[in-house]
Amino acid sequence: MKRPPGGLRLAWWDPAGRVGVVVLGLLGVAALLGPALLPDPLAQPDILGGALLGPGAGHPLGTDHLSRDVLARVVSGARISLAVAAGAVSLSVTLGALVGLAAGYLGGWLDAMLMRLVDAALAIPRLFLLLIMIAIMERIPIGVLVLTIGATGWFGTSRLVRAEVLRLRAMDFVRGAEALGASRRRIVFRYLLPNVAGPLAAATTLAVGDVILIEAGLSFLGLGVQPPTPSWGGMIFDAKPYIISAPWTSLAPGLAILLAVLSVNLVGEALARPLTRRNA
Amino acid sequence: MTPLLEVRDLRVTFPGTGNEVSPVDGVTFSIDAGETLALVGESGSGKTLTSLALVRLVPLPGRIAAGSSIRFGGTDLLALGPGALRQVRGRRIGMVFQDPMTSLNPVLTVGDQISETIRAHFPVSRAEARGRSEALLLEVGLGDTAGRYDTYPHQLSGGMRQRVMLAIALAAEPELLVADEPTSALDVTIQAQILALLDQLKSSRRMSVLLISHNLGVVAGRSDRVAVMYAGRIVEEAPTDRLFAAPAHPYTQGLLASLPRLRGPRRPLKAIPGMVPRPEAWPPGCRFHPRCAQVMPQCTSEPPIVAPGEGRWSRCWLGAEGA
Repeated sequence: MKRPPGGLRLAWWDPAGRVGVVVLGLLGVAALLGPALLPDPLAQPDILGGALLGPGAGHPLGTDHLSRDVLARVVSGARISLAVAAGAVSLSVTLGALVGLAAGYLGGWLDAMLMRLVDAALAIPRLFLLLIMIAIMERIPIGVLVLTIGATGWFGTSRLVRAEVLRLRAMDFVRGAEALGASRRRIVFRYLLPNVAGPLAAATTLAVGDVILIEAGLSFLGLGVQPPTPSWGGMIFDAKPYIISAPWTSLAPGLAILLAVLSVNLVGEALARPLTRRNA
Repeated sequence: MTPLLEVRDLRVTFPGTGNEVSPVDGVTFSIDAGETLALVGESGSGKTLTSLALVRLVPLPGRIAAGSSIRFGGTDLLALGPGALRQVRGRRIGMVFQDPMTSLNPVLTVGDQISETIRAHFPVSRAEARGRSEALLLEVGLGDTAGRYDTYPHQLSGGMRQRVMLAIALAAEPELLVADEPTSALDVTIQAQILALLDQLKSSRRMSVLLISHNLGVVAGRSDRVAVMYAGRIVEEAPTDRLFAAPAHPYTQGLLASLPRLRGPRRPLKAIPGMVPRPEAWPPGCRFHPRCAQVMPQCTSEPPIVAPGEGRWSRCWLGAEGA
């Protein structure tokens, strides 16, 4: 068994993965630096005369119905979307990894209970779960949105990790460590977790794409990021009446979603490809 | 002198369809300090399960049946709690597994894996553990290249990995080393090297060794006594030279007849017909009787234990005839 090279290097070696890494990097840089260089995304300089201006000097991607700069809003929305995705996925991956490790390694009634819970949760569509939780809470600060999306995203991950742990647990190096007196903690964090890191990284990356779409969907429905804070989904909703007269107002955030999800998935698939090849 | 390890009536049971099955069914043996006992048998005879039971690592849903007894240096291993058990695993009983390709953690350097075992059992600093690990690597013949401590398992060959396994197993200075088919996955030339290393470590450290093998040739020059296992039981135990000179049990005789010999007249190798039956299909009486060339009517009832000489016994009706 050969130790696979590190994650970023792996994605870089894959042509499609490299495209993903570059686009994602550019998006990240834009999200970090953009707001400092661009106009205020909330400013409405001239509602009467400056609304729905086409792309041109001063406004590279035009302005929306409230005369706000579309580029500034897309870039600022990237910050929100990527931050929500990163936060929610960190939470769901941590939860999923812990549940999967506990279920797979400790086994017994705990395993049975956790996995039935996961089965039940997976039987309900995720968006539905989210809508129920959000409906109960009425108002949604971004922190709560992150928690909610994260808390509904770990089911699949826990199954993946559990399956890997069951495979690893039967392997000699884990049994050997047990036979030589390794504590459970050491087995879990030094022997099992690092060895599920590969599949976990691939699944995590793909989950980021899902979460970007979910957040956009929720914001489009008015249940995610609340206006006037810019978000890609919310911008598309705002632009709905002008989709013919001022297509740039919906095209720009739409393309941003497409680029972000596509590049994330390219990276995720580049990470997953050697794993499927190894198991084939 | 009480033996270092005393296993009495060890039974490992698994829930089967209908009845429980016992792949290890009443195994009794002991090992003295500094002694090497070889446990020999075909695949499926219960050797590996016996060795795992010694440190209570029988894979689920198997369990060690009530009435079994494993005493190690006066301690009842079957009565220990999880914490006390970890003090025995590695610290007092070290283990080496068959396949060096899968018995090392692929994400840790070999040095880290040795150090971790040291630090799991001794209150020493990282630097001290590293020093001891490097000494161990030297002891198992891997000290020739600088930086060996920081290599990953995939950078090493099978033989080198098995040396690392030995270093890990010896890291906590165990009194007993259990080596389960330590060379079966290696090339023949490497096998000889590893076995020689095992011999040398055993005498320099005055350890006891339980050497498990399906290969009588491997244990011939390297054990004090041999226990032959068949279908979950030990069918014969004898000092190694006596066993090879005059095997008492027809199964042992069959095993020896199936070995190629360099000296003596040329003759075709004799295979034992049939296969080891599965635990749910063990025949009544002597479990070897359906394959035995010297089968007698009484073989379908439980064979007696006969002692044809000092320190040896076998489980067979043959020796009982004259008695």
